[in-house]
This record gives sequence, structure tokens and C-alpha cells, in this order.
Amino acid sequence: MTGLVAVRDLRVSFRLGKTRVVDAVRGVSFDVPVNGTVALVGESGSGKSVSAMSIVRLLPDNAIVDAASRIDFGGADLLAASIDELRRIRGKDITVVFQEPMSSLNPVFTVGHQIGEVLRLHLGLSPRQAIGRVVELLGEVGIPEPKARVDAYPHELSGGQQQRVMIAMAIACEPKLLIADEPTTALDVTVQRQILELIAKLQDRHRMSVLFISHDLGVVGEIADQVVVMRDGVVREQGPVGAIFTAPRDAYTRALLACRPRLDAKPKRLPVIDDFMAGGGQPIVVAENRVARPQEERPLIEASGLSKIYRLKTGLFARKSIAAVQEASFSMWRGRTLGVVGESGSGKTTIGMLLMRLVQASGGEVKFDGADLLKLSDAQMMAYRRRIQIIFQNPYASLNPRFTVGQILVEPMKIHGIGANDGERFERAVALARRVGLAADSIHKYPHEFSGGQRQRIAIARCLSMQPEVLICDESVSALDVSVQATVLNLLLDLQDEFSMSYLFISHDLAVVKYMADDMLVMHEGSIVERGSAEAIYESPQHEYTRKLLRSIPAGYRRQQA
Amino acid sequence: MAAIAQPMAAAPAERSQGVWAAAWTRLKADRVGMVCLAVVAAFMALILLSAAGIVAGGWQLEKGVPYANPGFLGQRPNVEAQSIDLAAPKGPPVDISDIDPLAPKYAEWDKRAAEIQTSSPPRAETLPFGGDRWGRDVLAKSIKGAQISIFVGVFAAIMATCIGTVLGATGGYFGGRVGDFLEWVYNVFTAIPNILLIFAFAAVVGRGIDTVIVILGLTGWTGIYRLVRAEYIKHASREYVRAAQAIGASHPSRMFVHILPNISHVVLVQLSLLVVGFIKSEVILSFLGLGVPIEMVSWGTMLAEAQTELVIGKWWQLAAATAFMAVFLTAFSLLTDALRDALDPKLR
Repeated sequence: MTGLVAVRDLRVSFRLGKTRVVDAVRGVSFDVPVNGTVALVGESGSGKSVSAMSIVRLLPDNAIVDAASRIDFGGADLLAASIDELRRIRGKDITVVFQEPMSSLNPVFTVGHQIGEVLRLHLGLSPRQAIGRVVELLGEVGIPEPKARVDAYPHELSGGQQQRVMIAMAIACEPKLLIADEPTTALDVTVQRQILELIAKLQDRHRMSVLFISHDLGVVGEIADQVVVMRDGVVREQGPVGAIFTAPRDAYTRALLACRPRLDAKPKRLPVIDDFMAGGGQPIVVAENRVARPQEERPLIEASGLSKIYRLKTGLFARKSIAAVQEASFSMWRGRTLGVVGESGSGKTTIGMLLMRLVQASGGEVKFDGADLLKLSDAQMMAYRRRIQIIFQNPYASLNPRFTVGQILVEPMKIHGIGANDGERFERAVALARRVGLAADSIHKYPHEFSGGQRQRIAIARCLSMQPEVLICDESVSALDVSVQATVLNLLLDLQDEFSMSYLFISHDLAVVKYMADDMLVMHEGSIVERGSAEAIYESPQHEYTRKLLRSIPAGYRRQQA
Repeated sequence: MAAIAQPMAAAPAERSQGVWAAAWTRLKADRVGMVCLAVVAAFMALILLSAAGIVAGGWQLEKGVPYANPGFLGQRPNVEAQSIDLAAPKGPPVDISDIDPLAPKYAEWDKRAAEIQTSSPPRAETLPFGGDRWGRDVLAKSIKGAQISIFVGVFAAIMATCIGTVLGATGGYFGGRVGDFLEWVYNVFTAIPNILLIFAFAAVVGRGIDTVIVILGLTGWTGIYRLVRAEYIKHASREYVRAAQAIGASHPSRMFVHILPNISHVVLVQLSLLVVGFIKSEVILSFLGLGVPIEMVSWGTMLAEAQTELVIGKWWQLAAATAFMAVFLTAFSLLTDALRDALDPKLR
């Protein structure tokens, strides 16, 4: 295989403010072979996207590329190319598919117009010729009824279809290199599988190279030929995919591979990056399996016939009902975790909201300690609010940016009258911050000074301040990097043991739910389609939808071998 | 939970840079902003001194001759002052004592008048920046006028901001029927031409500084209402507000403790824009005779007087009032811009 793109000693830094300069990429070199797939893997802040975007020079204005860096493409240095030359290359020879198809497509133009634009600009096709070609392209990326879809606006398509449109746009001019920047991260697992298969098929047919950026080693193992593992702007390890997965040499790579929860094991705690980096590459392995706490006689929470129906006005008198959740019944036991999996729109988040009464239920009942939560008045509910708490998905959005950590932790105690006075509450807040693993000086800091994982710890501490009996984790680790995910999951497990809380663990990530949950619900379009113990569901799924979900999990490198 | 309830010696943690401190750091880096801040601060000092009577306390004294020339234009002929001086009739008086029934009293009155010492202080020919029709110092008037105008502007703006923020927060946060009702009120208010509304209020309530403040406050809240409402609609569904609801925070707490600090930059910038706008409005109101009472002076009344003076070529009162206003308003607007840049978390 000959090289298509050669990145040599790439150094990129960002100017922040007037004086600060932050190095994002520090001397990265890698090659993209002709007709090969290279994957850049790393966590957020590793510089993988910056490295890839440097190839097409799609960097923010405050980026400084070191003069000694070189990116060879077809015999020319792309970093020295003029803007005009770059414009000819972008969208024709090198194209990009971004993470969020929703925001990458312009909402006011039809998809046909947007794909056609590329053809008109780079190939000089007339509008009529372009439309003909667009129909072919839409068919090729697997959009049903391409003739009718040409005139569709982006909002009329699903997320997966939008990403297909982005891919159609990217392959329109038969590019030599396709850069895919986390193209499936925003999509559901089943859709992710289809998109991955599509990219692999197109690469084969058009003999193009693909530079695939991802944080998910499972995805990478399926699609890549070559893997480049990055951390903190440096390449930790690179090599053929087999070598990376079967015999990783670098401690960081080994850690990344190990800290994802696996479907076939349930250790007491997940190995984290620090174990590997500190232990000279040899992790402290906890082989022992975690045992679920036995069910008590009576469940802590018993929900039956829970439903939420949204009524939409579709005309003057016409109404349409959409059931976000219908007839959901389940029980939660003290000290045990109930996992809820499903794709977006399956109603799994709504279940959590209904339990918290953050959304008013349309029907059903939730028995908690003998009382029906849904029938309590707001004043009566106050006492129960303390006992059921929730950790939201996005730690960047769920903390008030104008509150210090201390204020965030003290506020719930004040509302519920926990602690005798402000001094005592503050002491408790300090103790809580320490318990969830925050540094001692965190208490006076503002949320923006913390990383995502640390912010999620703050959110956990806020819930703990009320000593809840039930904790709802709504996609609580989905926005976090894999290694951070592992540490937060470990913390949650420790806390469950310590305070025997009952968890409702909601996630689209089947591996994480499998690891955390004792009992499980599978949701599809508002209904619970399967329930049972986590092991039973993974070993012998009964419902067709559950089987489809399980088949879609990226299995990494092993599946290819099998 | 007992384990974590153990009291612990709180480490003497170093307080990190808060949101406000960070904004101040950014403002300090803005040179234009700092110059404007200095100008505005100087005006504020001037106002305090004038309110305490240390500066421009005697603005009502008729120090100079009518329409006294500015010091730098001392040689300019001042026909108006002379014509008033020479008001006594010239030429031989006509003797009408035969038919004047008061004639016998004149001698007595003259005698009594001579007993009373009247001293009219010597009037200056020129004043630093000229004098008005009664010979009052224009510079002192401008300073005193600044006090009234800025006072009116700031307090009316605070009032309008409070009304707009509370209504906007209520409408945006609750939405539904409450929101619809407030929208209706807003629409009715904006449908009436502003100046008509001001006239109506002024006609009913009467003249006075407090009236001007109330009028401007009651008519000026609409813009800020709209912006605050939009921000509240956006923030009310944010996760941090949901999280506050989950821990049991009440509606007022969520509205004013949680959301308000996060949109304070919008409110503050609107507040300062309103100050600028209201100072201009006060000028217009006073110019139209609906503003501050006659025994007070504001930039608006000065401008109203200048109208007649300009015809006879006495331009300095107009120049002084305009210059003060222009400098203050420009500085204040630019400071507002700098403040917005410093406070907006999105620009960080």
C-alpha cells in the first residue's frame, strides 16, 4: 500500500486570551495509505480531531500550526497550500463527515440542493445534471425512495438518514480521502451499525481512504486497518488493528481496552487508567465477580401502569396523541440496580422524570413506602423529593454556573432542613466533596473550573447531601470519556454499597447497563418489551428488538476474528 | 450517612476567581472601557459634589450681565446687556405732576427709599462659559443640570428594569396563561405611541422630578421585558433548573436565585442602555415643558431655553448642555458595550 497522506511532526497550539498558548497537538506523525482505513483514537482533549482537521486546515482562527510541520498530499504540502488550492481540495479530494448531522446540514435548503451544491462547485455540473446525480448518490447511501427524498428538508429525515445525506455529500466527488469525525457518536446503536457498514461498503467500492476519528475502541476495532492511539496531543501507539487489540504495547492503550465494561464479565470494580499508568502497565485485576444484593421481601418502589401521553394539536379540532411511555410496570428493591435500556425516543428518560414528578404522569401509580407518589400534593411531595434523587446526563448543563460547589451542596440541605445551621451544613458539604473524590479546595470553585467527570461527581455529591434512598442515573456517564466513565461507575457502586441506595440506571449503552444492573428493562417506542435479570436478558434475549439491540453492539476486534 | 456527617476541619481553601472578579479582569483589559469608566466616575463624583452643594450650589445667582459673554469671547459686543442697562428713559422728562394724583407722595417715597440700603453686586461682564438671559453661569447650570438629568435617567432606568425583569421572569418562567396575559399587556403597551403615553401620564400626574421618573419607568419596561422573557423561556428548561426542581427548590428560588444570576448580563446591559435612553427622553420631556419643574435645571430645560437664545446668536448655553450630554452619553454607551463583553459568559 502506498501512502496518500503523510502527516509529519504536526504541532498545533491555540492562543487563548492575549498571552496564553495551549499546545493541543505535540509532534504527531502518521500515514494514511491509499484505500485503507486509519482510525485516530483518543479521549476528549487528546488532539485527535485537531490532527485530522489540520489536513484540510479546518481549524479555528486562534490555532497556530508550527512552521516545521508537514502534511503531504499528492506531493504537495497542504499546510503551505494557498486558500484557493485548499478550496479546490476540500469537498473534492478530501471530504469531511462531522459528528452532528443535525447541525451540519443547513435547515433551510433541501438535501438535494445541498448535495447538488458540491457537484456544481467542484464538477461544474448544471443544476439538472446535478439533481440526476444526487438521486443516484442518495440511492447509493441507502436512502429509500431517493427520487422523492431529493426535495426533503433535513428535519424531515431521521438522524441516521441525515448522516447518510452527509456521507452522500462527502462521496459526491469521488474523494481520495474521507475524514469521518465521530460520525456515529450521536446515533443510536442500531443506526450506528448501519452507518459503519455503509462506510465500509463505500470505501470498498470507491477505493478511497478513510480517516476515522473515534473515542470508542469497539467501533474502531470493526472498521480500521491501522489504529493511532493519541493522548494529550501525542501518539501513544500506532500499528495494525490486530496488533493494537491483541498485543498492545503501551500502558495507555491497554488501559483504554480494559476500562470499558465488558459483556462477559462483571468484576467488583472496573480497572481505571491510573491503575495501568501507576502500576507500570500491570493493572490490579479484580477477577472476583460482583454479587447482587438479594431482593428484600417488599420492593421499595412499585410502579404500575405508568404512562405519559402527549397530546399535540394538529389542526383546529384535530388532536394527535403520542405515548412517550405506556403502561410501564416495574419494581425497584433496596440496594439493587434496575437498568433501563432503549434507543432515543423509547421513553426511558421519561420514566425517570415521572418517578421524580418532574413530568406529570397521565396515568398509573407509583407506590413508594405505601404512598402513591403521583397523587401527593406538592407540599406532601417535598418529603419524598429528598428520598428520590436524579443525576442528569450532561454535567456541563446540570450545575448552575453561578453557584460555587459549596453553594450547590448546601442548598438542598437548606431546603430540606438537614443540618442544624449553616456552619454544620458547610462542614457536611466539605465532607461530601471529599467522599466523592474532589480536592479539598474545590468547595469554593465554580463548575466551569472542573472537567466533565469532576462535575458529575459534584452532581452525585449534591444528591448524596439529601441522603436519598433511590437514585435515578439518567445517562449519567454517557457524556464522559471511557476512562472517566469507569471511575464514576466505580464511585456509584461504592456509594450503593455504603448507603444501600436503589439505582434506576438509564442508558443507551448496553455494556454499561449490563455491568451496573441487577434487573433490567428493555424499552422500545414507549413500551417495556422485555424484563428480567440482566444476565438472563443478555444470555437469552426473548424479544426480537432486544436481539437486534444486542447484535448492534460494536464488538471490537474479536468479532472480526470469529 | 453518619460517616460523612463527621465534622471536618475545612481547609483554608483559596477562593477562586469568581464570575464577577473574572468580568472585572476582562474589563480592565479593555482600554476604551476603562477610559469610559473613568469619565462616568468623574461625572458621578461631580453629581455627588453638586448634590452636597459644594459645586454649582449657586447656579441660580445672577452673577453676570444678561447673556454675559464667555471668558474667551470677552470682546464680543453684548447689545442685550446694554439695552437692559439703559432701560431708563433718556431726554427731558415730561412733567405730569399736575395731573398725577400721586405726585405729592413722590418726595416722601424717595426719602424712604434712600433710607434702605440696596446693594446690587457688581455684575461680571464675562463668565467662564457665558451667562444666560438672567446672567446665570452656564457652567454651573450644566453641572446642576447633570445632577438632575442623570438622577432621573438612573432611577427611571432602575424602575423600568425592575418592572421589566419581574414581568419578563414571570411570563417566561411560567408561560401558559400567565405568559399569555403578560404578552397581552405588553402588546397593548407597545401599541400606544410612546410619546402619547408619556403625555397622558404627565397630564394626569402633574409636573415634578418624581413624576418624570415614574412616567419613564412605567413606559420604558417593554424592551427589557421582552428580552428577559426570552432568556427565561430558554433557561427554564435547562438541566440545572430541572436539577433545582429535583432537590425541591421553590418557584421563586428557581426564578431569582438560580436563573436570574445567569441572565444578569442581559439585565445589566439593558439597564445601562435605558439610562442613556431616559436621559435623552428627559431632555425631550423638559424641552416640551412636561419635564422637570421651572425652579430646577436639567439639560433638557437648558436646551429649551437655548431655542430662543440661538436666534440672537447666544450659542453657549446650547453648546455647554450639548457637550456635557454628548460626553456623558458616549462614555456611558461605550462603557455599556465594554460591560456586555466582560459579562457575557458566551463570549468567554
